Amino acid sequence: MGRAASEPPGREITPEGLFVRRREFLKTGARGAATAAVTGASLVWLSGKAPPPDVPETQPALAEPVALGAPAFTVDEPQTPFQAVASYNNYYEFGLDKGDPVRTASTLRPRPWTISVEGDVLKPRTIDIDTLLQWFPLEERVYRMRCVEAWSMVIPWLGFPLSALVDRLEPTGNAKFIEFTTLNDPEQMPGLRIPVLEWPYVEGLRLDEARNPLAFMAAGLYGKMLPNQNGAPLRLVAPWKYGFKGAKSIVKIRFTSTQPRNTWNVAAPNEYGFYANVNPAVDHPRWSQAAERRIGELTRRPTLPFNGYANEVASLYAGMDLRRSF
Amino acid sequence: MATPAARPLGAQPGATRPARSTPPDAWLKPGIFVGSLVPLAYLVWRAATNRLGANPIAEIENELGLAGLILLVASLACSPARRAFGWTWAPRVRRELGLLAFFYASLHVAVYIFIDQALNVSAMTADVLKRPFITVGFAAMVLLIPLALTSTKQSIRRMGFKRWQRLHYLAYVAAILVVIHFFWRVKIDVSQPLIYAYVLASLFVIRAGVWLLQKRRPARPVAGAG
Ligand code: HEM
Repeated sequence: MGRAASEPPGREITPEGLFVRRREFLKTGARGAATAAVTGASLVWLSGKAPPPDVPETQPALAEPVALGAPAFTVDEPQTPFQAVASYNNYYEFGLDKGDPVRTASTLRPRPWTISVEGDVLKPRTIDIDTLLQWFPLEERVYRMRCVEAWSMVIPWLGFPLSALVDRLEPTGNAKFIEFTTLNDPEQMPGLRIPVLEWPYVEGLRLDEARNPLAFMAAGLYGKMLPNQNGAPLRLVAPWKYGFKGAKSIVKIRFTSTQPRNTWNVAAPNEYGFYANVNPAVDHPRWSQAAERRIGELTRRPTLPFNGYANEVASLYAGMDLRRSF
Repeated sequence: MATPAARPLGAQPGATRPARSTPPDAWLKPGIFVGSLVPLAYLVWRAATNRLGANPIAEIENELGLAGLILLVASLACSPARRAFGWTWAPRVRRELGLLAFFYASLHVAVYIFIDQALNVSAMTADVLKRPFITVGFAAMVLLIPLALTSTKQSIRRMGFKRWQRLHYLAYVAAILVVIHFFWRVKIDVSQPLIYAYVLASLFVIRAGVWLLQKRRPARPVAGAG
């Protein structure tokens, strides 16, 4: 600026070589930063996963549960936080990643909802979910949940014993099995457009398994109505079996004389059986079932036979080869 | 992407570049290095702020393994990329990408050993021996170690280029093993591993094509590092 009168001393003039190098330096830096940004963004896009959203606990409360029955109906282990139970879900109807259902299941409409009862019953019929929920007093059951992928949770369910429902639905003498079918509506379940499994999702139990006092129908968890991603409005909970047995968002209950073709067994018969009892001695062909990671814990803990419910259910399988009937 | 040959010197007619000036594309390797550490930084940030979801160990393990595979495939894509698109810069970052792949693979395996299995030697031995998915991952890791150890220029000189090159073709074997590792690990949805299988397969096709062309015209001198 007004320094024209006196020339700056020579040493203050930036030498031309340095000037060129500084420009080159800046350009190099900018290109380096751009390379880093493109590399980093591509790698994160391909390999990274966004944090799961916070799940608001805005579900309506269900009726007050009655007092607990047998000691097997609760677990003296820390319960898995609601946030984890409601954001880490295998529910392929809402996407293949365990983080998908919490983001996509808002399209499910759990009311109004009906369940059709079919097959070997005295009176086939269609029942409204709210009618059904008034048939039985609601109980809380704190159960371990062991996924076939070797992780586990402890979940306080709210619902009623399956045995009570079976009695009420009056199966005929022909009925040997009970089959549950999940909703099959691509409008409400975006994942149904991906044909990874045979839709609709079907699961089943032997009728004596269904009558075991542990078998449970859950309409809620943590005292509230089931979040959609956990299988609203009604799902099966069979805590001595791998989690995939727990059919979610049930629209049909069918009693049959033949063993139901359960979805995972159809998809990979050498990996997933009909019984799917938790069994540390029978590994999945591709990974060990001897130990599991309890969600919230760092290291693995040993898996218990029948998920710790052997006293209650082992007699159901007396004389069976559980290696073959896995 | 600017190739070094196309890089102008700026509006400095007659300015001779001093010998100690920045080498061509001085930004390339540091840029890729910093960028490749972003997935690790993103993991550390989510781990520190409890944002990795309900099963953070599995998440860390999977993301590290996947970053390792991506970088490994990227390093293998360098020579084919030069052949197919004339990207002369690509082979210059091949070694760096390979070493970064090794870095992520090592972290992946370290998480498995020290956290997932908590140093339970008998469980890990059973895994390696009985779980094909772990067996192939283990084989891939074992293959990557000599490649990382012989990644220096001195090694090329010491071994001779031909032998060195033959050894480093093992990187392809390692990548195939990792893709199998990925396939065997997923429960049912193979769409992710399929993507990497397709990419690897197209790299093989390009290589095979180049090889056939060179056989047809033996007079043509073989271009540098293949
Ligand atoms: C001793 C060697 C290895 C062991 C024990 C091992 C172990 C594992 C385990 C346990 C998983 C599943 C993690 C979980 O879901 O809990 C996994 C997944 C994976 N690993 Fe490895 N691994 C090994 C070597 C490698 C190498 C060398 C690479 C790549 C350079 C690699 C890439 C992957 C990939 C891409 C996945 C799947 C990631 C995903 O599903 O998103 N692994 N590995």
